[in-house]
Amino acid sequence: MNARRASWLVAALLLAALLLAALGVCVGSAGFENLLGPLLNPGLDPDATAMAQRIVFDIRLPRTLGAWGAGALLGLAGAVAQGLFRNPLADPFLLGSASGASLGVALALAAMGGAGGMLGASMMNSGVAVSVFSSSVWVRLGLTGAAFGGAVLAVLLTLVLSRGVQHTLRLLLAGVVVGVVLGAMTHLVLLFSPESLQAMQAFMLGSSSFVGWTAAGLMALVWVLCLLSAWLLARVLDGLSLGDATARSLGLPLGPMRAALVAVLALATGTAVAQTGLIAFVGLAAPHLVRSLVKTTSAWLMLLASGMGGALLMAADTLARWLIAPQELPVGVLTAVLGGGYLLWLMQRSTRLGRGGGW
Amino acid sequence: MSATLASHTPALEVRDLGVRLGDATILHGITLALPRARWTCIVGPNGAGKSTLLKAMAGLLPHSGTSALLGRPLPEWPHRQRAQHLSWLGQNEVSGDDLTVWDVVMLGRLPHQAWLSAPSVADRAAVERALRSTQAWDWCERSLGQLSGGERQRVLLARALAVEAQVLLMDEPLANLDPPHQADWLAIVQALVREGRTVVSVLHEVGMALHADELVMMAQGRVTHQGACADTATHRALEAVFDHRITVHALQGQWVVVPRMNALMKSHHAD
Repeated sequence: MNARRASWLVAALLLAALLLAALGVCVGSAGFENLLGPLLNPGLDPDATAMAQRIVFDIRLPRTLGAWGAGALLGLAGAVAQGLFRNPLADPFLLGSASGASLGVALALAAMGGAGGMLGASMMNSGVAVSVFSSSVWVRLGLTGAAFGGAVLAVLLTLVLSRGVQHTLRLLLAGVVVGVVLGAMTHLVLLFSPESLQAMQAFMLGSSSFVGWTAAGLMALVWVLCLLSAWLLARVLDGLSLGDATARSLGLPLGPMRAALVAVLALATGTAVAQTGLIAFVGLAAPHLVRSLVKTTSAWLMLLASGMGGALLMAADTLARWLIAPQELPVGVLTAVLGGGYLLWLMQRSTRLGRGGGW
Repeated sequence: MSATLASHTPALEVRDLGVRLGDATILHGITLALPRARWTCIVGPNGAGKSTLLKAMAGLLPHSGTSALLGRPLPEWPHRQRAQHLSWLGQNEVSGDDLTVWDVVMLGRLPHQAWLSAPSVADRAAVERALRSTQAWDWCERSLGQLSGGERQRVLLARALAVEAQVLLMDEPLANLDPPHQADWLAIVQALVREGRTVVSVLHEVGMALHADELVMMAQGRVTHQGACADTATHRALEAVFDHRITVHALQGQWVVVPRMNALMKSHHAD
């Protein structure tokens, strides 16, 4: 029965993604009514048609799909983190990837002399977007690479400090230490490079505004790879939910499988962060939302949390473009406010139900 | 000849087994052989090292000395093969509230399934048998988080039974079970032993432990006695391991344990 319910939820999330994609294509600083005419009557004004096509197919569509991809990666990473650490409060940034990516971007911006920041600021002033992702191709490529490299290096540092993946508590603590130390280093870099502050702020708030087809394609590819790997390892997470000893007694080689799950977590988070900056709460809230709708095995949870994360971020991204149009809000601010509100509601509900310890 | 040898090989055997946790030595060089097709119960006061010994025998804890399962050294068993022959039911380990009862018990079939294969007809039949034997079949589709402590324990017992292993190790399997379901557990264990399986359990309920075939008594990380439950020497050792604060009596063909009230009063006065 639960598998049937899970299948229905997959279908519902797919439908939601399609509807949100259609909505996302319609919302933007240029509106939709201004684009509809040139798109429907291409003969009337070829220049306007070309511009409308560019806005819809080269800007709005990839960023909308990219928002889904980043959300799906974060939702998947959240489900893996919560299963791996057997903690409902675990989120994808737990192993220091967020602070590592931030430090990477801060160092790259400082090395560029705040070029990304200046470009970001100029774009902001023109009312197009508030984003560090608004630089030239090379600057953007450098920043994306720095974010990804920083995220992966931070996770590796966490693994070194925790001496492997065998002890989840040690892993968790090492992640906290790495997060705090790298966060402090980021602030130190910014102290010596104040011109990067604005661009850095945009990165910290998260945005999908300059996700192009390449970035969207990359996220889709990594998502498929991570989802397949996580799906193959889902039985380990199911076994782990009964405790380490029981999982080992079932013949599961926990060491290598935990390492593989950490790799999935790092790759999914690093890729999403590198393309969209730090987007809070999607990774934490998506698996919770799924679990509140259906109780199922980890294999289903991976797929559903991905779909839920994608739909959430796509909806938040569209809302961010619509709320103060023609300007837009950084999507990370919206997800933080909405996600925080959701967690508060969840906490209140569990207190009312007398389940203080759980969710 | 080899079959006879195999049947005489102990189900579990440890030699000079020691366990240290940090600076503390929990088990001091234990040597023990537990016979096949028998129910052996490990008893002793709190902190005696019973659960640690069980965990070490299951290969779930690093230890010194040697341990063997069905005559073969434990480290030589491939993971999956060992999991098919040895089933483990731990104490207070569960947190899989989101899984359904069916999914939890199906986890017991993992050692029998190829990595990506769907559950076979045999797997489904084993899960159904296990759920019916613990009277948990009716909750198949409920999630573990919706069950009471005793109901969860029955589901976890079903998970351990679903492995259909030759040797079952259970740490405090009666936790949260009411008396009728404790009696049901006893019937399940006795049926398993009749089928030729070996059951080793750690029990706090000494009265229930006296229904076992053999008792192993532990105190301060050492085995103090091993013997048949019906032996008077075993009863005396049992009284001794609990500091003579219990007595063992025969009642209507069964052994029962009675707290020695005088000893209790004395100890209170001494305090």
